[in-house]
Parts: sequence; C-alpha cells; structure tokens
Amino acid sequence: MKILVIDYGLGNQRSVVNAIRLLGVDVLVSQRLEDLSGVDRIVLPGVGAFGDGITNLRALGWDRVLNKAVFEQHIPFLGICLGMQMLATVGTEHGFHDGLNWLAGRVDRLTPESDTLRVPHIGWNDVAFKDADPMYKGVPPSSCFYFVHSFVFKPEAQEVISGTFNYGGKWVASLRHNNIWATQFHPEKSQRAGLQVLRNFLASC
Amino acid sequence: MLKKRLIPVLLLQNGLLVRSELFKIHQIIGNPIIEVQRFNEWNVDELIYLDITCEGAYDLRREDHKIKNLSEPLAILNAVSETCFMPLTWGGRIRTLEDMRVRFANGADKIAINTIAFDRPSIITEAARAFGSQAVVVSMDAKRVQDNRLEIYVAGGRRATGLRPSEWARQVESFGAGEILLQSIDHDGTGEGYDVDLIAEVASSVRIPVIACSGVGQFEHYADGIHAGASAAAAANIWHFKDLADRQGKRAMARAGIEVRQNPESGR
Repeated sequence: MKILVIDYGLGNQRSVVNAIRLLGVDVLVSQRLEDLSGVDRIVLPGVGAFGDGITNLRALGWDRVLNKAVFEQHIPFLGICLGMQMLATVGTEHGFHDGLNWLAGRVDRLTPESDTLRVPHIGWNDVAFKDADPMYKGVPPSSCFYFVHSFVFKPEAQEVISGTFNYGGKWVASLRHNNIWATQFHPEKSQRAGLQVLRNFLASC
Repeated sequence: MLKKRLIPVLLLQNGLLVRSELFKIHQIIGNPIIEVQRFNEWNVDELIYLDITCEGAYDLRREDHKIKNLSEPLAILNAVSETCFMPLTWGGRIRTLEDMRVRFANGADKIAINTIAFDRPSIITEAARAFGSQAVVVSMDAKRVQDNRLEIYVAGGRRATGLRPSEWARQVESFGAGEILLQSIDHDGTGEGYDVDLIAEVASSVRIPVIACSGVGQFEHYADGIHAGASAAAAANIWHFKDLADRQGKRAMARAGIEVRQNPESGR
C-alpha cells in the first residue's frame, strides 16, 4: 500500500508519519505533485493558520490534482486539523479565505458558551461518534482524543458529521463523506483510540 | 468535556536529563530518551521537554554519558519524537521563527518560548501567524521579591523584568500566545506544592489555558493547581522519584473531584 502525506510547508508531518509507520505501513512525504500518481491513500495534515495553509496548497498546485484524485479516482483522503478545515468553503481566521469547498461550510473561531472555558481548546476531549461510521470501528464509546485548535468547522450538511465534542456547546470533531475523512482532533497524537482511527482509514476502501 | 491534563516536564541540560531546584541546582538523573519511552508506555496526556542548557555549553561531558550522537538538542528531539505518541511541547533556547520551524519539523507539536518573548514580544505574534497560536506556548517564571510581591524573571531566573505575572500574562495573550506554562522559581524543586496565589492571579487574568508547574511534592498537590484555575497540572521531579507517577497522580486528581482522562492500558 502506498500512502502519501502531503508536505505543503506547514506544520509537522512527522508525527503523522511516525504513527502510520507504527501501524506497519510505509509512508511517503512529499511536496511534489507527481508523487500522487499510484497512491492508495492521501493524508493532509496541518497545523497553522487557514490563510497560509490554503495559499501554500494552491501555490504548489495541490488543489487541482487533489480534486481529481479525490473526486474522480475516489482515493481515500484524510484531512487532519487544519487539513480538515481547509476542505470548507470559507475560513475566517485572520480575514476571509476561500477553502477547497469539498464539504460546504465555514470555519469559524471556537466560541464556547461559558466564560470559564478557555480557547484554544487544548487537550483530551471525549468524542460522541456515529457507531456505524467506519471511521470509529473498534473505538470504545466516549473515547478521548487530543485536540489543539481555536477554530471549528461548521458544515452545512449535518449528515457529514461523524463525531462531535462538547465544550460549551457541541462542535465538530470529525467529518466523513464517501472517501473523504477529516478529523479536528489529532489521531496521530491520540494514542490507542487515534491509532484505531488511522487503522480504519488504512483499511477503508 | 475537556479533561484536565497531567503533564510530566523533562529538563534537559548539556544533553542529560536533570532535576532542578530553585532554578540553581541541577542534578543529573538520566537518559533523555529512556524516560520518554516510559511515559509513552503509560500513555501520559502530554509531555513538555525544556532544554535549560546555558548558551554555548552544550557538549560538556558528552563523552562519559554514553548517549551517542545525542549531544545536540535537535538530535534528542528527533529521537524523542520517534517514540513519542503523545503531544510534545519543546522549549528552551528558541530565539527565531527558524528555530521554531526546525523544532516543529523534528517532531514538536508546540514550542515554548520565554526570554525572547520578553525581549522581543512581536515574535509571539509572528509565531502565532506562522504556526497558529495553539502551537505557541509562552513559558513564564515568577519569583517572590520584596514584600512577597510576585515578579516575572527571564533568562533562567537571572534577569528581573519589573512585570507582575498578571500583567505579563495579559500581554502575551494579546500578542497571540495560545497557552501559558507558569513556573515559580521559589517553589521549583521544593516539593512544597504549587504557588497557588501565582496560579490564581495568572489564570484569572487570561482566557488562554494555563499549565501550572513548580513545587509538586505529593500527588495531592496537583488538585491545588487545578482548583486555582489551571487547565493542566505539570511537574518534573515527582515523575522521577515516585512509582506509578502517572496513575497515582490521576487517581489523586480524580479523588479531588477533577475530571481526568483515564489512560488506556499500554499496548496498541
């Protein structure tokens, strides 16, 4: 199996790579579009700001080739954190930025309903997920995942939400639509439960 | 709900793991990688690694501690991240955005800055822009001075700033810091418990999470930091000198009514 982790100059690909390798699968990290040919899985990681992320992705030409790979070739795709947020129609971090618009919706600042709740949302939060979703197969109910973010994805279609977390309101923890998988949390840093999500992604078809 | 975190802090000096007391005395306690493996097996919530080596002193005693090719902090970070499946914050000796970029590239999830944040606060904003504020931790060290007043010190506790902790905390938040790691120079290594007034002062003046550190000598001390307003309880020495430090620490927090994550058993 060939897995590509996209390097678009933001964030650390390293932990994602380490986690996938731990599952016994080899990974290629690349900035080069041509490395997309023949891959079985695509992972788009990312920490950082929405604007910088999407600008880099476009400047390197990834938006076009990814569109083709995901919507025409139906290659399973996993976006993590910023890699999930950039799939939205628009992001509002430091101004308005057009996202990839794969999943209609917007990315807004996390605004918990209580003054005592702090932002960024950093740490382990339990996730309520759809049992039937392949993303969470084998994951014990109300498992905790590691989050570190200040912005959240608000999709238009509720059906694409596969998991939510509670933090002064209910927010999106993960999305799944056909071969598009996306998590706000970091499966690569979420130990056992996170590795199971990655394992499920590798097993998906 | 978001759980309160329990975090071990590892101190690195000249390529070796040390314990610290009052920011002055440093005693060598072990190998920088082996400890991480242990924490990894325990599935700890998060790990903070601080390189407290003084500038230019790095390869001291390199020959006799038998950690090959790890004389240099990036090599250690790199080796740490290979076995580290928990969130990792790396701090110490970071002066530029490039220093940060290199640390992220070598496996850090967050970076912590201290002295440079005071000397050139705009670096906080630049870092938040480049890496997102959630990845930028400002570490601050407070000390009791005249009349028991609290003051922020930088440069490993050697330079006074004239700033009150609450004042500095508000400033770093407005510059874009995502989190504060709060240490007390007077409580460091004493085992007397946290400086709860310090924690309460800082936690109540900002909306970003505060990690309490310095002074934990018993597992029961963690709860005091959380009750004072911290989002996470951190400690260094207790992790080296007590058995089952993670499980027992979590139990003590749970007994005090704090919601913590029950760590899954090791194994994947």
